[in-house]
Amino acid sequence: MLLSLEPRGEQSRPMLWLSPLLAAVLTLLSGSLLFALLGHDPLETLHTLLIAPLADWYGVSELLVKALPILLCALGLAVAYQARIWNIGAEGQLLLGALAGSAMALQLLDMDSRWALVWVVLAGTVAGAAWAGITAWLRTQFNANEILTSIMLNYIALNLLLFFVHGPLKDPAGFNFPESAMFGDASRLPLVSEDGRLHGGLYLALLALVAVWVLLQKSFLGFQIKVLGLDRRAAGFVGFREKRLVWFALLVSGALAGMAGVGEVAGPIGQLVPQVSPGYGYAAITVAFLGRLNPLGIVAASLLMALLYLGGENAQMTMNLPQAITQLFQGMMLFFLLACDVLILYRPRLKWKWAQRKALAEATT
Amino acid sequence: MPTPTSPPRLQLTAISKQYPGCLANDRIDLSIAPGEIRALLGENGAGKSTLMKIIYGVTQPSSGELRWHGEVMKMRDPAMARGLGIGMVFQHFSLFETLTVAENIALAMGTAAGTPKQLEPQIREVSQRYGMALEPSRLVHSLSIGERQRVEIVRCLMQDIKLLILDEPTSVLTPQEADELFVTLRRLAAEGCSILFISHKLGEVRALCQSATVLRGGRVSGHCVPAECSDLELARLMVGDAEGLESSYPKVSGGLPRLRVDDLSWHNPDPFGCSLSQIRLEVRSGEIVGIAGVAGNGQDELLALLSGETRLARGEQARVSLDGAPIAHLYPDARRTLGLAFVPAERLGHGAVPDLSLSDNALLTAFQQGLVSRGLVQRGKVRELADEIIRRFAVKTPNANAAARSLSGGNLQKFILGREILQNPKLLVAAHPTWGVDVGAAAAIHRALIALRDAGAAILVISEDLDELFQISDRIGALCSGKLSPLAATAHTEAVEVGRWMAGEFAPVAPSHSPAAAPAAAPL
Repeated sequence: MLLSLEPRGEQSRPMLWLSPLLAAVLTLLSGSLLFALLGHDPLETLHTLLIAPLADWYGVSELLVKALPILLCALGLAVAYQARIWNIGAEGQLLLGALAGSAMALQLLDMDSRWALVWVVLAGTVAGAAWAGITAWLRTQFNANEILTSIMLNYIALNLLLFFVHGPLKDPAGFNFPESAMFGDASRLPLVSEDGRLHGGLYLALLALVAVWVLLQKSFLGFQIKVLGLDRRAAGFVGFREKRLVWFALLVSGALAGMAGVGEVAGPIGQLVPQVSPGYGYAAITVAFLGRLNPLGIVAASLLMALLYLGGENAQMTMNLPQAITQLFQGMMLFFLLACDVLILYRPRLKWKWAQRKALAEATT
Repeated sequence: MPTPTSPPRLQLTAISKQYPGCLANDRIDLSIAPGEIRALLGENGAGKSTLMKIIYGVTQPSSGELRWHGEVMKMRDPAMARGLGIGMVFQHFSLFETLTVAENIALAMGTAAGTPKQLEPQIREVSQRYGMALEPSRLVHSLSIGERQRVEIVRCLMQDIKLLILDEPTSVLTPQEADELFVTLRRLAAEGCSILFISHKLGEVRALCQSATVLRGGRVSGHCVPAECSDLELARLMVGDAEGLESSYPKVSGGLPRLRVDDLSWHNPDPFGCSLSQIRLEVRSGEIVGIAGVAGNGQDELLALLSGETRLARGEQARVSLDGAPIAHLYPDARRTLGLAFVPAERLGHGAVPDLSLSDNALLTAFQQGLVSRGLVQRGKVRELADEIIRRFAVKTPNANAAARSLSGGNLQKFILGREILQNPKLLVAAHPTWGVDVGAAAAIHRALIALRDAGAAILVISEDLDELFQISDRIGALCSGKLSPLAATAHTEAVEVGRWMAGEFAPVAPSHSPAAAPAAAPL
């Protein structure tokens, strides 16, 4: 090996900041190379992918609309991941939140008071938490691996949603399309501004952001979660209750994912449809790690992820680029980000001496 | 014995090993003659392990020369070292517990040596020749620690051994077992085998070794003949001019009972673990009670029951009580509220979270000392506490933001102990407080414990280090197979007697509630 990695022994502060920049540069370079090989002008493609979507207020508001559910899910996941509880089930928790929120909204079609919205959001949030609660129960009661159970619950959630949208919750006046009736206005999240689709979910997300930030950075509960994640034995030694913390982390995680789900149906969509989420819950896993499980980092990462979603759609529409290419671009970015993170803990070293060593070895034998 | 004409068996010249950010060995010279028993002395972190790994071929030196029988060698890997006749017994055994002695030895020797069955007679022969009784067909998990060590040694002796390296071999043995080991080692040396004996126990180095090389901070700080040096001189070579190395503390008899363990029995669900039976123990205010014992005789289990990591059912809550209040069913934090403090055996990963800063690690156990208000961590107060611990207990660290894992063992132990002491505990339970800690830090830790005792706290120390227990404890007992010997005043007890208790030779505890009045242990 010409290149070797040596442990630094501690985190390198400058690299903590430099690594995302380095990753961005590498992504842009190799992305350009990829587009050039495919016969597209690299600069134009990058412009279409990354800059054109933000050209006007509508673009920015669309970016926020996409970023909100990702942000909510990722904030919740950060709480669980700090405790080293690998909740992969944000997608299912989100779908369950959307389903329960819709069911509530359809019950309250005739209600005019603003309480309708409160009930809808509450129903979705509680349902998401409950869905995560199943994982928590299996984990604390039977020591079942939460990765497996939460993934499997994702599929169950999706099929539950499909069942309800094709069956009990289908709009009787909807010409047999698999969708529910439109919610009443009182159950919808109000728009933030006249133009665009940005909705009141923004406030929910900001609230969640502050709450998770306080929880993880300031509160003793967050400290317990961190200790549990870093060192289970030390947590037991001082009497932190592991089971309670696991329950708490998963419930928060599920509640925020459920809130994201209900925010979608009560926000931009306005009814229950089979395609509530294009995989927000999975994208949030990446976002949570990209943001280094730090609430503020997660904000940046979810905006970036939303931009890639939008840019991908834009490139499909204006440049006829297949979706696979934009996914490839996303993948490259994630790869470089994670690869550059290695530099935080390791120092690369070129082994130019290897030839000398070889000579030495031959001399001694 | 070495003669001037024959080359030494092993000679190291100016061996250096550079790790990133750390010069582990700095121009080390060392030579061993055939039949010589040489001690390699030094604190943790002095570079002993690195040097051994270089000799055994585990790692390569950055520079320097290694001569074997006068010839320059490059030790490529442990297989090559074994081929030359170098054997090594590590501190932590590498044995498969579910296999027999013969199978373990056959595994290590490779297929060429034969099947386990074929090896059995040879194993018997070797173990008898060197006075190490060993039954080849026994399963390793049924062996005591001392016997397991014999397996490791016999494994080395099965080949034509020229140099045997032992890494702190006596740390897991009772004094009697250690003496038996020394007999074996002397016999081996008499046959011409060189022995490199790594230790930090000065007494046994003096008893066994003809010569000693002392390392400090990666360098050789001196060569000497242990028999001609005092403990203090050796300790000075190891740590430099540390103060308060030699001190004896007055013994006291304590006041009112603080901790009471009453007929505590606990069944261990782990089949290889140790169950406790009828532990009866009392620690009074203003005294230190020491519990000796070879590792794995129920220490971990007893500690977990005292700390609250293992809890008893409510019906048995009175088995452990603090100042008369039953606590056996309580979680650790509830016990801490009542005045218990605890220093676990493992510093990193148990007593402190390696990746968290010292500040956060101060918060870890001191969170009930007004550091949390309305659920929020009071960062300023936490920082003050951490700074105070660092200052009062002379913890060497850049600042309180340093991660726990970046501290040396001794410094981290001072921090953990300081953290517990500053909470003004009524009862402090400390497990192996100076294990793997350098002499200077150990003295500081002992002084801190004595000061806490004199301030009226009750202290229970569980340790494998008999010297330490005799130095600081006022009453002493020993654990063996989950049973606790009666406690006796340290001033009237001999090490040999405690050694017998460690081997299980004591009468069952009399049903008396005053351990001081319990009869002295009767040897069987």
